[in-house]
Amino acid sequence: MPHILVDHLLKTYRISERDPGVMGALRGLLHRRHRTVEALSGVSFELQRGELLGFIGPNGAGKSTTIKILAGILRPDGGRVEIDGRDPFADRERHVARIGVVFGQRTQLWWDLPVGDGFDLLRDIYRVDPQRYRRTRDELVALLHLERVLDQPVRQLSLGQRMRAEIAAALLHEPDILFLDEPTIGLDAPSKLAVRDFVRRANRERGTTVLLTTHDMHDIEALAQRVIVIGHGRVLADSPVEALRAQVMAERRLVVDFAQDAVLPAQVPGATVHSRDGQTLVLDFDPAVTTAPALIARIAAGHAVEDIRLEGMAIEAVIARFYAMHGAAEA
Amino acid sequence: MKLQDLVRPYVAAFASRFLQMLQYRTAALAGFATQCWWGGIKVMVFAAFYGATAIAGASSPMSLAQAVTYTWLAQGLLVLLPWLGDPEVAQAVRTGAVAYDRLRPVDAYGLWFARSAGWIAARVLPRVALMAAFAAVALPLMGLNEWAWQPPAHVAAGLAFLLSAMLALLLSTAMVMLLNVAITAALNERGISAVATPVVIVLSGNLMPLALLPDTWQTALLLQPLAGLMDIPARLYFGQLSGWQAIGGLGLQVFWTLALVGLGHFAMRRTMRSLQIQGG
Repeated sequence: MPHILVDHLLKTYRISERDPGVMGALRGLLHRRHRTVEALSGVSFELQRGELLGFIGPNGAGKSTTIKILAGILRPDGGRVEIDGRDPFADRERHVARIGVVFGQRTQLWWDLPVGDGFDLLRDIYRVDPQRYRRTRDELVALLHLERVLDQPVRQLSLGQRMRAEIAAALLHEPDILFLDEPTIGLDAPSKLAVRDFVRRANRERGTTVLLTTHDMHDIEALAQRVIVIGHGRVLADSPVEALRAQVMAERRLVVDFAQDAVLPAQVPGATVHSRDGQTLVLDFDPAVTTAPALIARIAAGHAVEDIRLEGMAIEAVIARFYAMHGAAEA
Repeated sequence: MKLQDLVRPYVAAFASRFLQMLQYRTAALAGFATQCWWGGIKVMVFAAFYGATAIAGASSPMSLAQAVTYTWLAQGLLVLLPWLGDPEVAQAVRTGAVAYDRLRPVDAYGLWFARSAGWIAARVLPRVALMAAFAAVALPLMGLNEWAWQPPAHVAAGLAFLLSAMLALLLSTAMVMLLNVAITAALNERGISAVATPVVIVLSGNLMPLALLPDTWQTALLLQPLAGLMDIPARLYFGQLSGWQAIGGLGLQVFWTLALVGLGHFAMRRTMRSLQIQGG
């Protein structure tokens, strides 16, 4: 039995609208206008225990809605969710005791309380055994380097410190599943690395099932074995990261620096010229048509070449192109 | 589950909100100053009113000393009244932080109830203590004995009052919870508080003792839920309700508390079904 089962999830929101300006406001008094927006139109997937899944998609694609439904705080309009055999919304209290959630854009810690006091409060709210709690807390504090911030009020933490504290807060009750909604948003590079490293460890060493949404494709590359791309409330792709890359972007790129006085070729058989800048020529080619060595040999035979670099497409470019292919970018 | 474990989250929610609110000393002092000011004005109005009725030879259901004591009591317990929902709830609803409340493995109504009770208790206790120090100790020392807060009728009356005041806290919390749920449904607290405030001030007996309102309304006034916030505790304080009447008064408070908790629980469940968490 899968740990998480999502079957044809539907969710629509009612959005109130009015024309801008004074006249719009007055008209709004007489006549309310609503528009329904389909946030999810039939999302389905399964997740096995211990899997780490990346969830990506443009803004407004339905990622957060899906997480909120899986967390039991939003009721779907249709479809079925089963986590550990339970319906998250109907069986909310028992469900949420077994999950940990981090919303990158909100805080679950008490703004005016020192971090440590907030942790103690969560211990009581989750009814964690005091001894067990102490062990888990100390471990999390050490792994996330929170020793120095434990006595500080949350409002005085930097974003990086706060996010690490948030992640610790979500794990104090040792949940089986961890939902991370944009956990690296706004973080600097070292904090991002710390968060990624920790999530990987939690997944590998404790076997925690992790579902992660992000806009940072490096998160996905560093963490996820499997990625789901969502757009317009639908699953557009569900595959390993490498397979996604191959599916979207068969193309490779060759960057050639020619010698000072060399004349650049106008055309190279088997490749298309992407751009030229001074003595540098950028070529795109399909490895199924020409191999890189063949291409290099062809160029080097007729021209004085100084340097050659082969580049894969950045995952960012892969995803941007994928969204464009599916017309999924936010309107 | 052991009882201790069962109540642990709710006790923690109460205690944390209580301690958090105690930090706001300036707010307590400012509130106290305002309430002293209004209390002084009301006392003077009563003094003038009773002076005039004494000349006219009319009888009153309350002595001047009682009316004055009532005034100080009412001023001290002012923030016990459910004027507005817990601002933390309003803010959580607006920012979407309410999502985290829904992630706690506890009864959602119980969690908010405990928190709101802590919020009310932490604001009431310092203000009552300050008011007692001012009106029951400082005023007599200044020689203003007839304007002072007098002790309860007798020891039993004092104990009954304490019990009743605690029930009033629970009753008030149950009402604040209805406001909280309404705020959650409406995503805005202003309009709701604007409607609630005048109704609560008059019908609780905070503006003036309900006994001073027209005789034909008396039964209805005593039975309505808001009387349990101020009027019933005060009647017990003065020994106006004793024996079975006292038990009846306390019973009325319990009845309304349970009824409003039931209603709030139901309303919250319905609201949460359709709640859309705002933002991101």
